[in-house]
Amino acid sequence: MTNLIETLAGVPPASKLGEALKKRAEILRLSEAAHDAVLLPRDPGGLSHALRAALAARMCRHVGNDELAAHYDNYLGHSGDLDVAPLAYPDGKSGETRLDAIARHADLLTVAPREATRGDIEALKAASVAEPDIVRLAELAAFVNYQLRVVAGLKVLKGVQ
Amino acid sequence: MSEAINEFTAKVPTWSPYVTPVDIATATPAQLAAMKVTPSNTGFSPYVLTLAHDPESLEVRSPLFNLIMYGKDGLSSAERELGAVGASIVNRCVYCAAVHASRFIGITHRTDIIDTIFADERDATLPPRDQALFDFAAKLSTTPVEVGADDARALTEAGLSELEQLDLVLSAALFGWANRLMHTLGEPRA
Repeated sequence: MTNLIETLAGVPPASKLGEALKKRAEILRLSEAAHDAVLLPRDPGGLSHALRAALAARMCRHVGNDELAAHYDNYLGHSGDLDVAPLAYPDGKSGETRLDAIARHADLLTVAPREATRGDIEALKAASVAEPDIVRLAELAAFVNYQLRVVAGLKVLKGVQ
Repeated sequence: MSEAINEFTAKVPTWSPYVTPVDIATATPAQLAAMKVTPSNTGFSPYVLTLAHDPESLEVRSPLFNLIMYGKDGLSSAERELGAVGASIVNRCVYCAAVHASRFIGITHRTDIIDTIFADERDATLPPRDQALFDFAAKLSTTPVEVGADDARALTEAGLSELEQLDLVLSAALFGWANRLMHTLGEPRA
């Protein structure tokens, strides 16, 4: 079965890189399971499925992967939650303090994680983001950035095959 | 109280979270299952107890991490560690850099490579194969992603097979994940 990373990277299955990917099929399968765990968790806590999809699309736009952004836009569209839809774009705001603090932190985690400090976590708490949701947000941003980089790396490798 | 560490080091520090970790005594069945708590396995790091706030992610992350870092064949363990160090330098995850630099040294005994990387970070000058690996991992870790065709060709010229190149992408990308947890949810302490 072809998964999202393989589809987006578009590596020809018969190429040497395609053969290498077959050897790493279990890693790709677990990556897809991780995608489901951050995007559609059974227990989403204070981060709704719609918010997660919007934030994921926003992160993809920061890194310049419109195709992956469209994948998350699709999940957002199916959720029918218009309140969080503006957050799918890097400058988008919802007007709600907690959600906008979450979006700002998603930006930091994507664009400049090296700059993150204790103060950023305190700012989330001050904006009424619960501690478990701070961890959930970090996992979402961490996974999407992993996925973006696996796809980017594969495309670069494919390009010089 | 121990002091926070802000400089790169190969001496592995402890890690202290900015959020309250899950308390085993009040953990949900899903959290206990994700941490693999059993009567004989009850000691957990503050890091695992912090990530247990999101048990569905924790449960899948651990086997994925082990396959990418410790899988058989393909890129050597030491070179996977170098990929992890490259990402950790870009993302300034002092804790991750310490753990994986110390593993690299444990396998290769090349303390000089790590000393150079910690001193010069992305400007480090390394032996050719290490340079190709390190530069690729670092450039894959930036936002926007800087890695390009020349960096991929450098891997081929350094003698990496397609499978080894794929393993490098996976190990560097995985640390884009790990760094965003470890560096942003807590801090290393002496």
